[in-house]
Amino acid sequence: MEDTEDTQGTGPAHGGRDPGDIDAIAALQDPVRRRLYEYVAGQGREVGRNEAAEAAGVARTLAAHHLDKLTEVGLLESGSRRLTGRSGPGAGRPAKVYTRIRAERAVSLPARDYRTAAELLAEAAEEAGLDAGLCAAARRRGASLRGSEAPCAGLDEAFATLAARGYEPHVERADDDGTGAPVVRMRNCPFHAVAERFPPLVCGMNLALLEGLLGTDGPVRARMDARPDECCVVVEEA
Amino acid sequence: MTSAVPAATAHLAELNVAKLLYPLDDPRVAPFVEMLDPVNASADSAPGFVWRLVGDGADDATELRPAGENVIVNLSVWESPEALWDFTYRSGHLEVMRGRRDWFARHVEAHLVLWWVPAGHVPSVEEALERLGELRANGPSPRAFTFASTYSAAEAAEHLEGTRG
Repeated sequence: MEDTEDTQGTGPAHGGRDPGDIDAIAALQDPVRRRLYEYVAGQGREVGRNEAAEAAGVARTLAAHHLDKLTEVGLLESGSRRLTGRSGPGAGRPAKVYTRIRAERAVSLPARDYRTAAELLAEAAEEAGLDAGLCAAARRRGASLRGSEAPCAGLDEAFATLAARGYEPHVERADDDGTGAPVVRMRNCPFHAVAERFPPLVCGMNLALLEGLLGTDGPVRARMDARPDECCVVVEEA
Repeated sequence: MTSAVPAATAHLAELNVAKLLYPLDDPRVAPFVEMLDPVNASADSAPGFVWRLVGDGADDATELRPAGENVIVNLSVWESPEALWDFTYRSGHLEVMRGRRDWFARHVEAHLVLWWVPAGHVPSVEEALERLGELRANGPSPRAFTFASTYSAAEAAEHLEGTRG
């Protein structure tokens, strides 16, 4: 349970650019499609056609068409599930459900490869044991991104800040029964690919960045509380 | 995420070693020592956890020093690499990892090794240190690998026979 320098992930680690990236991004130009994508991506679970149609304010058949298109270009993945939760005879036909894929899409023209640069820098920092220096830089960056002397004023403001930075925050209650203080958890790690390869280094950097962004002496605080498939940090009232 | 494959024939063993910068009763290592019990308890109840090494009458293996006076060892068995990964990096254990530079010397050699064992086999410390030695000497292989170069149980199957005992 101690030190682990060799921490490259078991998750998908591909640096190359998929030629389908441009098609994928282009598919989001359609406003209905984009609303559907953003809705499904924001739920962090499987979403059925009816639900997505309702959320996007379009007919079910149109939603189905666009959801399948989004699946075709690799932005969503689809499966089938009995939404009633029942099984066996009489449980009804399985419904098609959609979730966001974990792989990343990126487009730059001409191609630039910041992922490899980030991984090489992380590898060198890991080998040299530069965690403290990296975290100090991240904390400074966070503070400068905040752009104000005052720390973040509350959970609502923290939520908006995290959403703007792509963390996909959502609110949970501290206790399992739905009571207790609200805490902000995040479905997305903006540094996912590098974090999977160098978790203690990059997750530590992420926490320091968020500490800088939210402030460490204000009404909210960021703390490490890693869970599978989520950002490693949780934000709560101090 | 963690595979609850019924009747799995192979489990994943893991050894890592860490060289303490100070003795365990030194106040500078206190934050690490304080996390031992809760983190070990969370390992015991983690999805896919099978077994971990503990000292006689102890809750952890910190008193065992098979790899050197100031080197603590961690030896455990898991149902899958994913289960071990999620515990190591996606649980409260990550917080321990974050503090590693304060408590442990930076390693030059490999200090974490993974290998497949037949389900039900409890790896000995000697076996574990042997695998670490293999990794250090030869680099990753189906007999001794890392998260960066994981072999599946099937890929490693031909080597499994040799670990029975």
